[in-house]
Amino acid sequence: MSDESTRFDRLPATPADSESDDRPTREGVLEYWSDRFGVDPVTFEGYTFWERGSGKIWAFADAFDLDSPVDIEGLGMSFLRTRREHWKPTTDAAQRFGRAADACVIDLSADEAAAFMAGHDQEIPWDGDWGYLIVTHELAGRTEPIGVGLYLHGELRSQIPKGRRREF
Amino acid sequence: MDVLSRYEPLVEDFAAFEAACERPLPSVVRVNTIKADADAARAALAESGVDAEPIAWHDGLFEIDGQPGANWPYAHGWLHGQEEVSVLPALALDPEPGDRVWDACAAPGSKTTQLAALMDDRGLVVATDNNLGRISALRSNTERLGATSVAVTHEDARNHSLKPFGGDPYDRALVDVPCSCEGTVRKNPSTLEDWTMEHVTGIAGVQKGVLERAIQATREAEPSSTRPVRSPPRRTRRYSTTSSTPPTPASSSSTSRWIAVPASPSGKASGTTTASNAQSGYTPTSTTRAGSSVRSWR
Repeated sequence: MSDESTRFDRLPATPADSESDDRPTREGVLEYWSDRFGVDPVTFEGYTFWERGSGKIWAFADAFDLDSPVDIEGLGMSFLRTRREHWKPTTDAAQRFGRAADACVIDLSADEAAAFMAGHDQEIPWDGDWGYLIVTHELAGRTEPIGVGLYLHGELRSQIPKGRRREF
Repeated sequence: MDVLSRYEPLVEDFAAFEAACERPLPSVVRVNTIKADADAARAALAESGVDAEPIAWHDGLFEIDGQPGANWPYAHGWLHGQEEVSVLPALALDPEPGDRVWDACAAPGSKTTQLAALMDDRGLVVATDNNLGRISALRSNTERLGATSVAVTHEDARNHSLKPFGGDPYDRALVDVPCSCEGTVRKNPSTLEDWTMEHVTGIAGVQKGVLERAIQATREAEPSSTRPVRSPPRRTRRYSTTSSTPPTPASSSSTSRWIAVPASPSGKASGTTTASNAQSGYTPTSTTRAGSSVRSWR
């Protein structure tokens, strides 16, 4: 076993189903993606959400409706961090589901995208909400999500994990 | 001893086999169809200034110049660096969307993620490995490639538990066992220096144990008379590799025999693992004799 908890608990459907006021719910996760990024909750039909440790939410294409809890090393993909006041999607979630977003999405030029992928913070104009944004660029004729940036005070801070950064 | 000489009785053109083992392995990427198709991946490689040559036998494989991981489509999880020959087992297993599949020795996840992609990321792929460091690589690959139908377990595959997944048996199992590794000689020429027959005979026992667990954990074919009317027929399929071990008195009466496949279907020389993995056609029932190669389905 790793140091990390290996217990996955399925999120309760709604606050009424939850034993704790602090615990995220499926309803809350869907509302967050819809309210913040305009992602239709239909996008997540067929997925169940699981918490591993405190506030680490995973998304799992749950074809067989697994019983909670599940004690294993991984269940789908890490998807969302809910421990702090402002929730934060993971890079993998932004890449996998970010194409369905139409709000809080910032599209970068080729040079800006390369700097973002390398982990650099950049001063970039942005008229929308501050906070976590889905960052995209053009690739092969598509608008493709790269990951998550934190926009504060005129600056887009790259949230690409260190191990995923690349200099192109 | 000359390790590869063991293959001489099995390989028709041994000189060609030896020459193939000395050719460096080309850098090949597989298109991850969970996130992109071959046309988009090729266009993205071209935009990134990477020369990509399609592999003739599979429209989702490209041979590229340089490292697979240093370009935009890789960063997006559109591509995965995978040896050409390593693409074959998942194709042979041929999973369908909605299947329950076990990848018994899964890290670092090339075949796991290929299975999930072949299933359109629908169903369940349970990826097992007994090494936490390698599981870290497995998780990293499944997440970068956006595979959401994969569950990762840390355990000895010989004692694999179905309990976390409701106890139901699998439709298919991929048993790509830890092996004697001489098949990796093209990417790691020093592998033959560490080779010992003691290791081969030792690992053969582990291989047999994993395969036996896979056979237990996959469903039996359902006779049509017992199948619910609305339930589609389910095929069970297992694919396994093993290392070549010398015949023992107990096993010498087996009808299994070896054929050599020194080149990939494209005609390009590829990893030599195929030579130790291929058997003459598909057999109707499973064989667990250590030292044989097994592909079976019902």
